[in-house]
Amino acid sequence: MTAVTATAGGIDRARVARWLQEYGVYVAVVVLLLFNVFFTANFLTLGNFRTQLVQAAPVCIVALGMALVIGTEGVDLSVGAVMALAASLIPLYLGAGPIPAIAIALVVGLAAGMFNGFLVAHVGIQPIVATLALLVGGRGLALVIANGQLVQLHDKTFLALGTGDLAGIPISVWIAGVLSIVMALLVGRTTFGRRLVAIGGNRTASALAGLPVKAVLVGVYAICGLLAAVAGILATARLSASDPADIGMLMELSAITAVVVGGTALTGGRVRILGTVFGVILMQLVRATLIKHNLPDSTAQMVQAAIIVVAVYVARERSTR
Amino acid sequence: MDPVLEVTDVVKEFVGVRALDGVSFAVRPGEVHALVGENGAGKSTLIKVLTGVHRPDSGEVRLRGEVVSFDRPVRAQEAGISTIYQEVNLVPLISVAANVFLGREPRTRFGLVDWARMNRDAKELLSGYGIDTDVKRPLGTLSVGAQQMVALVRAVSTDADVVIMDEPTSSLEPREVETLFSVVERLHEKGIAVVYVSHRMDELYRICDQVTVLRDGKMVHTGPLNDLSRIELVAMMLGRSVSDIREHGATAFGEDHNAGKEPLLEARNLVSGVRLSDVSVSIRPGEVVGLAGLLGSGRTETARAIVGALPLDGGTVLVGGKALKSGDVGAAMRAGVNMLAEDRKAEGIIPNLSVRENIVLAALPQLSRFGVVSRDKQDRIVDTFVKRLRIKVSNPDQLVSELSGGNQQKVLLARWLCTKPKVLLLDEPTRGIDVGAKAEVQALIDELAQEGLAVLLISSEMEELLDGADRLVVLKDGAVVGELSGDDLTQDKVLAAIAGEAP
Repeated sequence: MTAVTATAGGIDRARVARWLQEYGVYVAVVVLLLFNVFFTANFLTLGNFRTQLVQAAPVCIVALGMALVIGTEGVDLSVGAVMALAASLIPLYLGAGPIPAIAIALVVGLAAGMFNGFLVAHVGIQPIVATLALLVGGRGLALVIANGQLVQLHDKTFLALGTGDLAGIPISVWIAGVLSIVMALLVGRTTFGRRLVAIGGNRTASALAGLPVKAVLVGVYAICGLLAAVAGILATARLSASDPADIGMLMELSAITAVVVGGTALTGGRVRILGTVFGVILMQLVRATLIKHNLPDSTAQMVQAAIIVVAVYVARERSTR
Repeated sequence: MDPVLEVTDVVKEFVGVRALDGVSFAVRPGEVHALVGENGAGKSTLIKVLTGVHRPDSGEVRLRGEVVSFDRPVRAQEAGISTIYQEVNLVPLISVAANVFLGREPRTRFGLVDWARMNRDAKELLSGYGIDTDVKRPLGTLSVGAQQMVALVRAVSTDADVVIMDEPTSSLEPREVETLFSVVERLHEKGIAVVYVSHRMDELYRICDQVTVLRDGKMVHTGPLNDLSRIELVAMMLGRSVSDIREHGATAFGEDHNAGKEPLLEARNLVSGVRLSDVSVSIRPGEVVGLAGLLGSGRTETARAIVGALPLDGGTVLVGGKALKSGDVGAAMRAGVNMLAEDRKAEGIIPNLSVRENIVLAALPQLSRFGVVSRDKQDRIVDTFVKRLRIKVSNPDQLVSELSGGNQQKVLLARWLCTKPKVLLLDEPTRGIDVGAKAEVQALIDELAQEGLAVLLISSEMEELLDGADRLVVLKDGAVVGELSGDDLTQDKVLAAIAGEAP
């Protein structure tokens, strides 16, 4: 990061800020990768990359949904709780086979998202408050469903989602990758995506242009809930246990961080899917780098905080341009 | 008597625009002084100079004979100038009493807020102005009118010598307006000067004794209000001649040349809150109907009500004989009714999107297959309209916020045109755009009408209305007061209708 800002000195500030917001996250990822290649032992191993990607996959999936929500000037604090809800349902229905169990978890995630969307779009509650309700209530409900217990899972097919490979790449990483592409196409190439961005940019004008503002908002939150459920299923499979008390804890903050670091402004009107994916990778790399150099987790948190401040500052520079 | 507040030769410029050009204005104790002028005449700037929001570039402000210079609004308040704005500027969640004494709460011996005294004093103050309300209730639970009253009492209770009211009645119910007038009367008796800004003729003539007319940043008249007839006053505000208005009489309902055709759009007896009390407008295919009237007469609200952006309390909108679902912009658009909003920035463009995306926004479904946007179809349509409307862009992917006002307006027109509308409602389509673009937009309106579109044109510019419209509907206080067409489309007749004077 320091290298980037150093070369930037002396040029027009606003342009630098704009460039940084546009490409900063990619540059930072490359710089950090290079640093690790030279200074971190055992970094360039297949095993290490696997670990990093597998760890990042659920965050990435949640962050994709969060990027859409933030693009509409909203925020979804309930993603972690929705993950817990999905996780709590898996052991109940796994007896009927992995597919019904997954389907039910997904449906509940979708319903939770639609509930958020309904509160935001139709009732008119601010997103932060509306989704706070489910942040608190969702995890509570999950604990009730699971009887407050961690349940070990033994279904081989289901656990393969967390540990299995496809063509040498972990299945969860495949899913995160495919979903990233789907979301990028959704935002860039569909009426729904273009409407979403327009609504985030100027809601009054969009309403006057006859766009179905409420339906789009409900859709956006529904997608976010669905993606959170997917992340919950994958995280459960990887853990080989359903742990509603702990799964997805603080996930909302990780996801928001990734989105913001990836260059999506909190003021809406813009959704950067690739930036978000790189935001997730950057935050993952930062933690991994610090841990591998034997710095405690608390240091990693402070560095993450610094990166967030820089990202928000850069976004602010741009908006006051 | 000497003026309590006086400005002489005040000039105020904003980047190249002279908002106030040598304005002089004086108000005496106990006087109720009307300050009138059309939009952009400089009223708000003058008020802001008086209240310390702006500092004049030259000229002086005298309070009780002494030259003053307020560097902040609070200094003006301390010096005895209170202002009541159109919108209530109080804190909705705290109590009425706390609002009245906000910033000057009575204290107990220990320096804590003395609630008992505050509530008592507030109650006394309010009932002194004929307002009975529970002062412990949060302000936000009161009606807008009652909140306005609290703001008023707060303003006058600060030992003000001058009270400035900027369109205080715009959100009041008739009964509340009466209370306001009684407050003004009391201020008058107490020798407090009132500067009263309003567009409503009836109000001005009822409570004001002096009037100052501003036009294009200049003071064009000041003197006793009763020396002026309503027509003379309106003519002065708009800068028109008064000569033979009286001979022509007031409203006249003439025939219109499209009489044979069935109306495409019919709005019947629209009612919405205090803004629209009874508006009926019909437009035939190929006809341009103008909406005339002063600011606040309900022109914009009429357009918004027709397109469904303003909820209706009564009345219906028919398109091709079929009633539109009220309050649903999407339904209006599907029926072919589009509105170009007045505030291009806040309600028109999506600043973070490109010119292409701004144009196709409303027509996305037609340009997509199974929800996937077709770039080819987009390019074709964008290309057509960029050429037809001569939109100056480096390429369609340029951000719309980088364009000039005129080109942004054309982008918005293109947005509506590519949905193939039947009815276009244009609210101030040429405001804030340069002369060249203005002529182009006006020519385009003509062209569209010739192609069979029904157009509703709202404009503050008399020439634009008279030249552009086949028929004019004149609005006043949210109701239709006249309809002019053919040979009756003259300035004088419009003015007479606006002034609302019987022949």
